[in-house]
Amino acid sequence: MKMKLATLALGAAIAATPALAELTFTALSYRTGPYAANGIPFADGYEDYFTLLNERDGGIGGEKVELIECETGYNTEKGVECYESTKGQGALVYQPLSTGITYQLIPKATADGIPVHSMGYGRTSAKNGEVFNWIFNYPANYWDGASVAIKYLLEENGGSLEGKKIALVYHNSAYGKEPIRTLEELSAKHGYELMTLPVDHPGQEQKSQWLQIRREKPDYTLMWGWGVMNQVAIQEAVNIRYPMENFIGIWWSGSENDVLPAGEGADGYKALTFHNVGSDYPLFDDIQQYVVDAGMAAGAGDQIGTALYNRGLYAAMLAAEAAKTAQEMHDTAALAPAQMRDGMENLVMTEAKMADLGLPNFGPEFEVSCQNHGGEGYAAVAQWDANAESWSLITDYMQSDQDVLQPLIDEDSSAYAAEAGIEAGCM
Amino acid sequence: MLYREAGDFKTSYRDDSQTFPIRFDRFAYYVLLAVAFLVVPFVINDYWVNAVLMPFLIYAIAALGLNVLTGYAGQVSLGTGGFMAVGAYACYKLMTAFPDVNIFFHVIIAGGITALVGLLFGLPSLRIKGFYLAVATLAAQFFLVWLFNRVPWFYNNSASGQISAPERSVFGIKVTGPETEAWATYLFCLIFVVASAWIVRNLTRGSTGRRWMAIRDMDIAAEIIGVNPLGAKLSAFAVSSFFVGIAGALFFSVYLGAVEVGEAFGIQKSFLVLFMIIIGGLGSIFGSFAGAAFMVLMPVLLKNSLVGGLGWPTDLAAHLEFMIVGGLILFFLIVEPHGLAALWKVAKEKLRLWPFPH
Repeated sequence: MKMKLATLALGAAIAATPALAELTFTALSYRTGPYAANGIPFADGYEDYFTLLNERDGGIGGEKVELIECETGYNTEKGVECYESTKGQGALVYQPLSTGITYQLIPKATADGIPVHSMGYGRTSAKNGEVFNWIFNYPANYWDGASVAIKYLLEENGGSLEGKKIALVYHNSAYGKEPIRTLEELSAKHGYELMTLPVDHPGQEQKSQWLQIRREKPDYTLMWGWGVMNQVAIQEAVNIRYPMENFIGIWWSGSENDVLPAGEGADGYKALTFHNVGSDYPLFDDIQQYVVDAGMAAGAGDQIGTALYNRGLYAAMLAAEAAKTAQEMHDTAALAPAQMRDGMENLVMTEAKMADLGLPNFGPEFEVSCQNHGGEGYAAVAQWDANAESWSLITDYMQSDQDVLQPLIDEDSSAYAAEAGIEAGCM
Repeated sequence: MLYREAGDFKTSYRDDSQTFPIRFDRFAYYVLLAVAFLVVPFVINDYWVNAVLMPFLIYAIAALGLNVLTGYAGQVSLGTGGFMAVGAYACYKLMTAFPDVNIFFHVIIAGGITALVGLLFGLPSLRIKGFYLAVATLAAQFFLVWLFNRVPWFYNNSASGQISAPERSVFGIKVTGPETEAWATYLFCLIFVVASAWIVRNLTRGSTGRRWMAIRDMDIAAEIIGVNPLGAKLSAFAVSSFFVGIAGALFFSVYLGAVEVGEAFGIQKSFLVLFMIIIGGLGSIFGSFAGAAFMVLMPVLLKNSLVGGLGWPTDLAAHLEFMIVGGLILFFLIVEPHGLAALWKVAKEKLRLWPFPH
């Protein structure tokens, strides 16, 4: 009992910290646990971008940015704790980087009126902004990813996948199961045979799945993996001498951490991405000058320019741009979560805007609207060069097959609306 | 001094064998209940409920349930996570199939369904003991998680395999779904906790509990004095699973609202609850609460003091948290191998004599 009282007293002292008159962003990051290798670069990129804005521009629109970091360990219970502890501090937007936590937050954040941006993860049908007023998943979602992968394979095969066999190795969770519906629909349309191979959390044991791949010899293998599962899968693929150029990962299976352990063998491995790779952009010079040289880099500061660092940076950039849009719309520097939501819903990303920020050609152009919270679904394919130890884009941004995806999104979101008793409509 | 027992006489057997025979204890218990029911609901906010009190209350029910099986009946179980999943999925299916029924009944029926499943997985305990039984229950853990992941009927064919709790209410007050009030969910769980603790306490001091303890202490001797091992072991499994199922149902519907079976009810959950009762004290009601409090509140307290109080980096704090909690577990078990409950008992004995120890 004594301990409980101590907790109460301490927590009360902490909860009493007054909210500051700044733009508050939260990073529900994970720098520990089985997914830390992927969580760290993303968190670093996210943090560094806001540090840069504070140091170089004095924040966004003259308001300093305060970033509250909370460690979730990719665990939903800790995620709830993080959400509850940060929402009272005026958090403008949540980016939990976990599909499980996103599912948790969708109803909670909607009820509390705080936007969630699940960039390239989370619930795909959140693209339908009329049902999911507070949830955004631009610029691309899992179904876009699945569709773009198939589109790329169609191009490789001269427009037909008739009679081909495609395997999907996936993390056996909400995240990994997301693309199955889409791949099934596309299989009906393009005539390939789909074979699904679940891998249980955390994914260190995949011998049987890869034995099956070795036996069945699928023409192509897609992967929906995360954390240690990626490294193991790529290593196993090398072990069974699976041709790497036929192995395509989703964007969450395409970081340096995933391919480096397999060394030379991983050469030619492909992964999707919805933003550009490398650090050859003017913005990175600023990061070097204002953040790294000033000794303010997040974490160990050794992740700059890696695929996931860039993604964290991209997420922070989109959040900052949405905040700018919101500031213009409401003619105020200090924002409330509801105003932030308006900013996100009216966000327009153009090439000119990105070039202005020092990130020319960094991501696809897209426009968010009330009906479409998910962008246009453009993604590209990147390939790993083991000798140069770098990723490079081998295609342009391709649009996903909207004819197939839109009905699926409508179906899933209306099912959710019926279940949760939501009246679809713009706010 | 604290315990003034002067004049605290018992004149009947009934008085003497009550749960809190010392007046001071009894008084403290009533005050605690009054505070929990009448004061806390008015002062808590979302953070306190969702991050601190609700996990504590729900894990306390799970620990109570496992304590019946492992602490009182001596049957080691590593299937707690799986049984919690049964409770959660049963509750989900009931909530979606019968939306008009009061959620109270759903939770209780979910406990009942879990009791049946527990009964089934308790059958091997009639032949195997100790570590072998632990392995058999481990099979239950993996089988149940696999089943809920594999069969789409359990998650109503949702694309992601996640189950989400729809909004349900008790007498017009919402207790599940996103629009709940902090006090409502807290009270809902508290009622289940108090009822569970009351039932377990009365079961364990009655003939059922004595049979369980006889089996635990020496099953052959128990059989010779007339305890039916079939009835005793299976009833322990059923009662234990009932409470674990209730904990699972609350964990899903009231606390998290959306779960994924592998992540929420994996093997680590079984270990967590097992650690709770080992640290708290096997075969003790107070121990179940103390263990749950230790395992749930300690990390939150450490996180808040290291990150919020001292402003340390979150990853450093998370790593330190593991080390400190691990170190404390070792410390407590070295100081008192029988858990926090035994520690509390010793402290109480000392307090009764204090300040005149001789």
